[in-house]
Amino acid sequence: MKAALVISTRDNVATALQPLVPGQRIDINGSVVVVAEPIARGHKIALCPIPTGEPVIKYGSAIGSASADIAAGAHVHTHNVASSRGRGDLDAPVGSEARLAEPSDDGSVRGAENGSAGAPTSISSESTS
Amino acid sequence: MTARQGFHGFRRRDGRIGTRNHLLVVPTVICASVVAERVAAAVPPVGVALPHLAGCGQLGPDMRVTHDTLAAYCAHPNVGAVIVVALGCEQVVAQTLADVATRHHKPVEIVAIQTEGGTVKATAKASRIAEAFAGMLAADEREWCDISELVLSLKCGGSDYTSGLASNPALGRVTDRLVELGGSAVLGEIAEIMGAEHVLASRAHDPATATRLLQVITRVETEARALGLDIRGTQPSPGNIRGGLTTIEEKSLGATHKGGERAPLADVIGYAAPIRRAGLTVMDTPGLDVESVTGMVGGGAQVVVFTTGLGTPTGNPIAPVIKITGNSRTARQMADNIDLDVSGVINDTETLDDAGARLLDEVLDVASGRQTAAERLGHREFAIHRRNPTI
Repeated sequence: MKAALVISTRDNVATALQPLVPGQRIDINGSVVVVAEPIARGHKIALCPIPTGEPVIKYGSAIGSASADIAAGAHVHTHNVASSRGRGDLDAPVGSEARLAEPSDDGSVRGAENGSAGAPTSISSESTS
Repeated sequence: MTARQGFHGFRRRDGRIGTRNHLLVVPTVICASVVAERVAAAVPPVGVALPHLAGCGQLGPDMRVTHDTLAAYCAHPNVGAVIVVALGCEQVVAQTLADVATRHHKPVEIVAIQTEGGTVKATAKASRIAEAFAGMLAADEREWCDISELVLSLKCGGSDYTSGLASNPALGRVTDRLVELGGSAVLGEIAEIMGAEHVLASRAHDPATATRLLQVITRVETEARALGLDIRGTQPSPGNIRGGLTTIEEKSLGATHKGGERAPLADVIGYAAPIRRAGLTVMDTPGLDVESVTGMVGGGAQVVVFTTGLGTPTGNPIAPVIKITGNSRTARQMADNIDLDVSGVINDTETLDDAGARLLDEVLDVASGRQTAAERLGHREFAIHRRNPTI
């Protein structure tokens, strides 16, 4: 079984298909990501640094924005990602955050050649450990 | 995907196609629910009741939803005959429900508890009627029906990371194929489209449909905002978060894969409203599993496919609910609730296309009468959505 799965080439996170351990090296599309901390099966790992406020991309679309600086190889979850939707507690204009959180084409988001939120038709990550 | 392009169903006199042939015992009001359940239990397995908590003390819009949902079940093609159990003083009018069944050419009788003189007499009278109706239904036979007659309800619940990677895209393959062949599918749970609406809106068959989708999404977000609440308290659920889902956007993007990748968005409709168009319809339902399935079946879905990561038992009184999981541990631990295991997609032993082909075969077998796990276990959950307080 693969260690982690990347769904879209635009994604900056992968989903762990087995528990990942610190120091483990994972090959993602030819580039290596070193696991920074324990990551449970089903949880996400950052494929590159994601600065605070930048979109976290999975399925080729924003699933929220970084609420803290996220290092490559780090665990990406509720502690460092903020949802932009349904936030009555923030009383922000409905929908505006989601549009802002969409990845731009200015290169701030990794490779934008695949623009659709595609199903995981291609599996592009394999464990090298 | 498969050479089979149909199933054996019940062709109704109103032209609709059923995948089951139930005797439906409908209480007009919560006060009649126990009698209705006893009457249905007198004629197993054909008899099913719709016990519910409403029918009186409701404000206008909720009263309408309650009535329309009960009426939709009386008209549903999976129902062959109807008994309406009334109390006598409630808001929901028994005769109106009976008239709906009559318009759809189904045999129907009303039994009112106050008129009959109490629980014992009403139960006895309705049970005698139920036995007669059950005898009539036993003579009905299935016939070959084209797959384009199928209306599939798409549902997910107890989602985890495998849902977006395996079971939802496998179901999406079925949706795309079904719609290509002229069939219909319905997707509910507006809160679980939030954050993925751009994917569906881009497939809308006209701009008005895209606008309606965005309006419904905006309404749900506005409702959460009006309460001053953070929707993250319930979406994703605590179990979703333990399973690795971080935000509603992530859950929604995975969830909308159930609607396929190509199927055009044909329509956006209200709760339990009739599904009017072939293709993919979005129904305005809440995310609560039972209320959502209740509404989509009310809209006319004859089969429900319910994907799950963590496992869940939910069924429906009149429509078979097929459970599919991409989580191999759930497939083992909750084997009695699971109909189809597609964890091979995660383990790299099965492609999504192959998993989708197996699921379509399962859908057609179940449409033709094969029992689902939820049916075998007697799961018949039913809950009508309500927005306002009881007065």
